[in-house]
Amino acid sequence: MPKEDYEIVIGLEVHCELSTKTKIFCSCSTEFGGEPNTHCCPICMAMPGTLPVLNEKVVEYAVKAGLATNCKIAQNSKNDRKNYFYPDLPKAYQISQYDMPLCYDGYVNIETEEGEKTIRLERIHIEEDAGKLNHDDYGRGTFVDLNRAGVPLIECVSKPDLRSKEEVDAYLRKLKSIFEYIEISDCKMQEGSLRADVNVSVRKKGATEFGTRTEMKNMNSFRSISRAIEYEANRQIEVLENGGEITQETLRWDDISGKTFSMRDKEDAQDYRYFPDPDLVAIRLSDEYIENIKNSLPELPESRKKRYLEEYKLIPKAANFVTSSKYYSDLFEEAIAICKNPKTASNLLMSEVARILNEREEEPDQIPFSGKELGELVELIDKGTISSSISKKVLEELFENPKSPSKIIEEKGWIQISDEGAIKEVVSKILEANPQSVADFKAGKDRALGFLVGQAMKETKGKANPQMLNQLFLEELKK
Amino acid sequence: MANITREEIIHIAKLAMLNLSEQEIEHYTKDMQEILAYAEMINQIDTSDTDETIGATEQKNKFRKDEVMEFKTREDLLQNAPSQDEGMFQIPKVIN
Repeated sequence: MPKEDYEIVIGLEVHCELSTKTKIFCSCSTEFGGEPNTHCCPICMAMPGTLPVLNEKVVEYAVKAGLATNCKIAQNSKNDRKNYFYPDLPKAYQISQYDMPLCYDGYVNIETEEGEKTIRLERIHIEEDAGKLNHDDYGRGTFVDLNRAGVPLIECVSKPDLRSKEEVDAYLRKLKSIFEYIEISDCKMQEGSLRADVNVSVRKKGATEFGTRTEMKNMNSFRSISRAIEYEANRQIEVLENGGEITQETLRWDDISGKTFSMRDKEDAQDYRYFPDPDLVAIRLSDEYIENIKNSLPELPESRKKRYLEEYKLIPKAANFVTSSKYYSDLFEEAIAICKNPKTASNLLMSEVARILNEREEEPDQIPFSGKELGELVELIDKGTISSSISKKVLEELFENPKSPSKIIEEKGWIQISDEGAIKEVVSKILEANPQSVADFKAGKDRALGFLVGQAMKETKGKANPQMLNQLFLEELKK
Repeated sequence: MANITREEIIHIAKLAMLNLSEQEIEHYTKDMQEILAYAEMINQIDTSDTDETIGATEQKNKFRKDEVMEFKTREDLLQNAPSQDEGMFQIPKVIN
């Protein structure tokens, strides 16, 4: 049976580090990248006799996340211990939530090729992150850094509603964008503040039962997640096609070989022996508390999109694109406050900025300049100081060396040539050098004009004012 | 009626990384059965009129403000580690 006869079923557990100042149960800083074990104290290092106290911001941020993803908020909730041994977990249990998560029964909508699709969220709960194990190359052992131990996380568990790697990508980007908008996390995948456990199974199309699933843990790039899903689904189909069975197990994705490997043997089937943490008390949230948080939520992407379509008359494609990330959206709003040209500003983001990010394999949060620079750039185009082809070069320069676009074009000598005499000179030179094109144009081939303008642009390194070039060529050719 | 089997005791011991002798397995199975039988009493209580309880006390919402307080001395935190290097706990190699 060919691959096309199978359906891929994917569920995601997304872990997102909250951007609180302090850890979930102690007052240590959550800052990324400090010297080893300098953001630690007896509590997050699990010294005997210490007691955890829950950070109020963690509850607030998790409730925000729940409200922004259409979840119900539990008025009664608690923390539980998840027991397992691993050296990055100093207490030998992780404080998490088991049967009473803070948020449950939510959903987010994603754009797919077949239109909008709803992905249901089973729950969002709060828990603590583990430390980091460093392995050295000399076989001296493993080194434990507990700076990250106790950093607050929310875990968002989706229903197995995803059917392709494209849907997974759209879903992850949607969650990331929502969490950025409500400012509960910086969602930097490269720093591990957003990572996902991916559950994959396959079944024959039309089947009602799910197949046996495998889980790939701690994936932290869109690209690896996509590749891993594709590989794992194909592997499972092949096993089934050869008459084999899928074993429910945890797999490790290896980015270098592009394969999955088995991590634990079946015998060690996970048994976390969850139980309520006796060191922590009940979390009981009043209607008023939840209502206050609801009222404090900033404008979400859906609403911004609506505004861009109505107020700024963006086309749907542009509105979707600009609101796909808070970083694009904020950049856009800051830019149009300066240049008052939503169309050009959104076009530059959608075509040029996205292209450059893609080439650099970076995400919108890594854009090194602000809306001020973008706005100024659009103004320079609108005023005719630079051509649109130069604006692309300015954007590239902004990524390398962010500063005022007018400074950049001045330093690089990229100011558009709008001097009629200078342009006439170029026009005459190009006409002289291309008699065939001139003849073609006169014979009715309008395309020849485009070629001539292109040659003139090349001659001036893109600096000639394109409208003036067009006009002067036409004048000369019609003589 | 609460009961626990010998196999469950072995499983729990394994999860807790305990190596039990045959004699100990027998001993703990019996002990655990007695403990569970005693705790079974709770199930006899009629709780139909009781609100959902969370934890052993009525306490709720003991929160902390999100304000950083540095614990300044890493040396103190690491002082009891059997082995350390470059400010980190050094442990036997963990194989991924």
